Amino acid sequence: MSMTITEKIFAVHCGKSQVKPGELVNARLDLIMCHDVTTPPAISMLAEKGLERVFDPEKVVVTPDHFQPPKDIKSAQLHKRLDAWCKKHKIKHYYPIGKAGVCHALLPEQGHIRPGDMIIGGDSHTCTYGSLGAFSTGVGSTDLAAGLATGELWFRVPESMKFVLNGKLPHGVYSKDVMLEIIRIIGTDGARYKAMEFVGPALKDMSAEARMTMTNMAIEAGGKNGIMAVDEVTRAYVDKRIKGNKDYPVYTSDADATYESTYEIDCAKLEPLVAFPHLPSNGKRISEAAGLAMDQAYIGSCTNGRIEDYRIVAAMMKGRKVAIRTLIVPATPTVWRQAMDEGLFDIFYDAGCVISAPTCGACLGGFMGVLADGEKCISSTNRNFVGRMGHPRSEVYLASPATAAASAIEGKLADPRKYLN
Amino acid sequence: MAKAHVYKRDHINTDEIIPARFLNTDDEQELAKHCLEDLDANFVKKVKPGDVIVVVGDDFGCGSSREHAVWALRGAKVSAVVAGSFARIFYRNAINCGFPLVELPNAGKDINDGDDITIDLTGGILTNKTQGKTLSFTPMPDFAMEIIREGGLLNHIAKKK
Ligand code: SF4
Repeated sequence: MSMTITEKIFAVHCGKSQVKPGELVNARLDLIMCHDVTTPPAISMLAEKGLERVFDPEKVVVTPDHFQPPKDIKSAQLHKRLDAWCKKHKIKHYYPIGKAGVCHALLPEQGHIRPGDMIIGGDSHTCTYGSLGAFSTGVGSTDLAAGLATGELWFRVPESMKFVLNGKLPHGVYSKDVMLEIIRIIGTDGARYKAMEFVGPALKDMSAEARMTMTNMAIEAGGKNGIMAVDEVTRAYVDKRIKGNKDYPVYTSDADATYESTYEIDCAKLEPLVAFPHLPSNGKRISEAAGLAMDQAYIGSCTNGRIEDYRIVAAMMKGRKVAIRTLIVPATPTVWRQAMDEGLFDIFYDAGCVISAPTCGACLGGFMGVLADGEKCISSTNRNFVGRMGHPRSEVYLASPATAAASAIEGKLADPRKYLN
Repeated sequence: MAKAHVYKRDHINTDEIIPARFLNTDDEQELAKHCLEDLDANFVKKVKPGDVIVVVGDDFGCGSSREHAVWALRGAKVSAVVAGSFARIFYRNAINCGFPLVELPNAGKDINDGDDITIDLTGGILTNKTQGKTLSFTPMPDFAMEIIREGGLLNHIAKKK
């Protein structure tokens, strides 16, 4: 019988020739992502239950990122527990400070994501890795603990939804805008428990990094995973990065696979979007939104803190000044180094931005740019819930890095297209 | 008596259940002090052991994968959450922690804030003693009930191995 990519990956990992949506399965895991907030409690639980072991120290990737470098004593304690555990269990892929980066940018960049793999991570945006043809989903600490100890986990095989991205993206409109549009259409629970599969000509034109921005936000529509088939763009990205054997399996959805629903998006008709507080589904076109005064701009995170993003932003800021507090937070040390080498930091410095070390920082209201009562922030991140970046009465407006940059320059929501050549 | 704390909202997210600014600890009692703080600053003062949260709305627990959301509720001695529907990761986390959830659309018609309610999880019956009404719901799947009875996924695994 026919299956979708997601179903095929499940079938292989639970040793069956076929699985159906709704079925409960126990699947073998290929990789587990761990960070500083959700992993220390998992470690403690395992110790408490007498299950203190790691199924395979080579299949676990650890990076502190949320409160990295530690922002206070309590988070320093979390890092200390994580560090001791990594050393004790000889975790092979441990990225301590200096190498640490925002997890979902770091893992693909460092070649840990193989197409066809079954991946979990103790973070909701673990769905990011699906852009490289893997099944990948976020879990809580108990699931993480169970996965670490046994190398397997229970799942309900999700129904798949198909998103066909037609047309060509207009100048100044990015994959972030496409995803904000999809979430605007289906809502923040429109894909609850489901796989979001993306296809279509506009997707073909996107870089591997731009694609990650989309699967990253599958969870903002409630999705279990986001997934894209492997193509030349994926291969070019993955082949020069993954460790060891490059002979990975490539799954494609069968032509007659069953989808719970199908949405067609005409990308040629899109405008830059801004998701207003307090839901990622509150997208408004920049033509309706422009002019609203902002207090801060934040350009970083696992959604849009990659080198491509900073190249776009730098091209716009060159020779200009920002009108509000603007934070540039490269997602990984490699991105940081590249941005510096390419002279982007000079542009940001001259424009009046502040450049931070790689961290999740203020994306989750941790530190490095937390908002005060009533403040508004235009942000390239993925979530704008109440209190997300600080005070419960602060507001987060989600957009592409380009829209964030234009808004930083004007100090109010602004159309990026006038600053792009 | 188990009092109902009723909230009428869709998409009550994990940032509201336990704000990220308190995630620098995993101590359940510490987390409990800030449970639902950004939704209802008085919740922690009102809640009594065994009380139930009733959400008239969908997608409770959407957002981050932080199990801290379940721990904060458990730490505040909440005995169950009733909602129209739950977000996926929150639902899993609750099962894995042995924390009961009840999916009950339109609970708002029959439950008022402060009503005294009891829940029979296996039987799928919620009794509103204040109003003398019973409501039926589909119990959580068998395997989830088994994990809940064993006190969580890790107990389940520890027993198996
Ligand atoms: S950058 Fe933000 S969304 Fe991404 S992992 Fe960090 S806190 Fe989560």
